[in-house]
Amino acid sequence: MSVRVQTGDFDVGAESRALQAETVGGIALFVGTVRGLSSDDGVTAMTLEHFPGMTESELERIEAEARQRWPLEDVTIIHRVGRLLPGEQIVMVAAASAHRQAAFDAAQFIMDFLKTDAPFWKAEERDGKTSWVDAKDSDDAARDRWTG
Amino acid sequence: MTITTENGASLSVRYFAWMREHTGTDLETIALPDSVINVGDLVPHLSAMSDGHALALKNMKAVRVAVNRTYGDLDTPVTAGDEVAFFPPVTGG
Repeated sequence: MSVRVQTGDFDVGAESRALQAETVGGIALFVGTVRGLSSDDGVTAMTLEHFPGMTESELERIEAEARQRWPLEDVTIIHRVGRLLPGEQIVMVAAASAHRQAAFDAAQFIMDFLKTDAPFWKAEERDGKTSWVDAKDSDDAARDRWTG
Repeated sequence: MTITTENGASLSVRYFAWMREHTGTDLETIALPDSVINVGDLVPHLSAMSDGHALALKNMKAVRVAVNRTYGDLDTPVTAGDEVAFFPPVTGG
């Protein structure tokens, strides 16, 4: 079990190798990155704020719920905070299990709940102006399909 | 800002993201009025502290609440020594 909130980058290869074990048959690993310069979305940087203490406890709670639902060997959740540039890694969720379906499902479940429950906030820089990102209804919908 | 009553009953209040910007503070300790028994009672008390507080807390439907770092709502009880946090819906990931 590993939940980390940090300003520094992370090495996906090293994190994946750290989850390999004789009991593990598959590791599902999601990496979220800063989306920047698409045609309609000129984000030049993003700053992430969080609620130290509550962030970690929420991520641990989400991981514990995933472990109740699926037979997981191990889980790693890493989320960065501070100022990040387009293309940089923000978040990694990795779930290791004996079989792939549990790993895929658990990684998706953890990401869906992280988006709606973990206390992080993004401010985007565009044309030299900073604005807070609004929460999306589609993220609530993604979470709610697990509770239907 | 720190205010304590004679019996010292106080509460920590935290704000994040645009609520922190509106209130001008990330953490304040306030005297806990006797009439405040839950988060819903606390909101008008905080709103009266400044125009920025009033703006931040104007639409509680757009605000999430945590008491002692666990999600709550307007009905969640508050007592002396608690930490109450107000913040916008989260946008991590």
